[in-house]
Amino acid sequence: MDQGRPGGEGVNSAFNWLFDPDHWSGPTGFPARILEHLGYTGLSVLIAALIAVPVGAVIGHTGRGTFLVAGLSNGLRALPELGLLTLLVLLTYVGLLPVVVSLVVLALPPVLAGTYAGVRNVDRSVVDAARGMGMRGPSVLWRVELPNALPLIVGGIRSATLQVIATATIAAYVSLGGLGRFVIDGNNAGPGSPDGYPQMAAGAVAVAALALTVEGVLALAQRLVVSPGLRATNLVGKNT
Amino acid sequence: MIEFQAVTKRYPDGTVAVDSLDLTVEDGRITVFVGPSGCGKTTSLRMINRMIDPTSGTILLNGKDIRESDPPLLRRGIGYVIQHAGLFPHRTVLDNVATVPLLSGVDKRTARSRAAELMELVGLPSTMAKRYPAQLSGGQQQRVGVARALAADPPVLLMDEPFSAVDPIVRDDLQQQLLRLQSELDKTIVFVTHDIDEAIKLGDRVAVFRVGGRLAQYDSPSALLAKPADDFVSSFVGRDRGYRALGFLTATGIPVGEVATVRAGDAPERAREALVDGWAVVVDEQNRPLGWVSADLLSTMDKSVDTEALVSGGSLFEVDSSAGGTAGSLRNALDAALSSPAAVGIAVDGTGAVVGGVTADTVLSALADARSSGEVPG
Repeated sequence: MDQGRPGGEGVNSAFNWLFDPDHWSGPTGFPARILEHLGYTGLSVLIAALIAVPVGAVIGHTGRGTFLVAGLSNGLRALPELGLLTLLVLLTYVGLLPVVVSLVVLALPPVLAGTYAGVRNVDRSVVDAARGMGMRGPSVLWRVELPNALPLIVGGIRSATLQVIATATIAAYVSLGGLGRFVIDGNNAGPGSPDGYPQMAAGAVAVAALALTVEGVLALAQRLVVSPGLRATNLVGKNT
Repeated sequence: MIEFQAVTKRYPDGTVAVDSLDLTVEDGRITVFVGPSGCGKTTSLRMINRMIDPTSGTILLNGKDIRESDPPLLRRGIGYVIQHAGLFPHRTVLDNVATVPLLSGVDKRTARSRAAELMELVGLPSTMAKRYPAQLSGGQQQRVGVARALAADPPVLLMDEPFSAVDPIVRDDLQQQLLRLQSELDKTIVFVTHDIDEAIKLGDRVAVFRVGGRLAQYDSPSALLAKPADDFVSSFVGRDRGYRALGFLTATGIPVGEVATVRAGDAPERAREALVDGWAVVVDEQNRPLGWVSADLLSTMDKSVDTEALVSGGSLFEVDSSAGGTAGSLRNALDAALSSPAAVGIAVDGTGAVVGGVTADTVLSALADARSSGEVPG
């Protein structure tokens, strides 16, 4: 069996595996695994954003609890996801919950830091003008600070999404689906098997392709939600 | 009317920003707070719309203690313009201007049409409505800032160093525009600046603050120049205050003498005959001044008086010849005389045509007359 060998033939066999029509249908095919993978990612990033955006926004708006941002971000980043997942599975059960919790922990720091920095960095004279014109605190946050913080908030979400897509392969480690399935199954099949290394490599390529695609979609979404007034670099006639 | 009654602002670290301020801001006037950094002028301004609350004392707005008002509601009734304009970067110019009407519950359409009127009032073309602040120059941004502050038609306008971050030419423009707006709108304006020239130019009344938050003098600009209360005020008002005080004396009735004129394109020999004391003003078809020509200069011209080679003229002194009076001040007249290469200031009428010349001597004797008739304070 040649298919396990490294080198040009190995790459070929990985792509052959990837584009084999048999691997693109059914509950174990790429489409189903991609959807599962996107499901874990979307759910985790959504939960992380629902936690981190309000917390980051309030801390940025009030200036209170700034230490939490640095502490939490650095602390959470130091946790190894696979170790955390194993621990959570031991503490709870094998299923979606421990996987999503691990991925949320991974997604929190960039979203929290992005939101906090975005709100905090809004030009002070803009905030002063908003208050001076009679906006109440929540209005200042909602109508002025958050819209102006959007580039950094979306940036945080993009960064979190990329990390989660790459890391969501660990779901397969605890018998769930997703693109990690191909990596784990390929590993289990062993080096000599046609479903061995080629399958692992095909899974890895699929993860990378998915990450790039999602990144492109999010970049487009950012252009849609962020005010053109904040893309100052594209604007002309700035100093006359 | 805005009344400060024994208003003090002391910070927890012991710094006194404003020390027992008593001052009344009159309705429909521009009152300027001026002073060096740390004199409490901005703090005093920001206490009016409760961006800062005083430690003790009372501020009355139209007789009502402002502490009884809910700060956001109070602020919606007071226009607020700050140094870098503080425009919302994510909103278009039109939506920036519409901010306060929208906050106060006016529907979007009405607010936007009101905003468009204000853009016109402050001299912004309607083509700018859809632009974003980052696409505007500093001066344009500040115009938007003024329009935004006026959108809800508040009776009171607070302006915190609004023009200090723009270049001098644009600043002059903005100042002229503020005076023009004020002559139409009659707002009660409190204006903070560290620039005494700006204070004197804009203020109906000027409050000079000294470091430590104490009011040093509160007077009309001309009285401030003529009778500074103490050494601090006189040094703050500046060295050439005597000269600047001339700006408050109209040059009505000062004699406008003859001035030698030659037409552009005349033959040099003819022009030579017209010179008085070796100089003549070169004018165009409409008798408007183009510059000065001297005997030396004429000797370099062969066929006709060449407008390219003229000595540029000084400032112009505008008289209103139809009414027989003058529109300029003694300062304008004296400056015209001093800045002219021939030592004769060019007097022009409303159309810009030369009507005669003024000399420094006539201005000084007019000043002496004004002094003896008691027109000059002090």
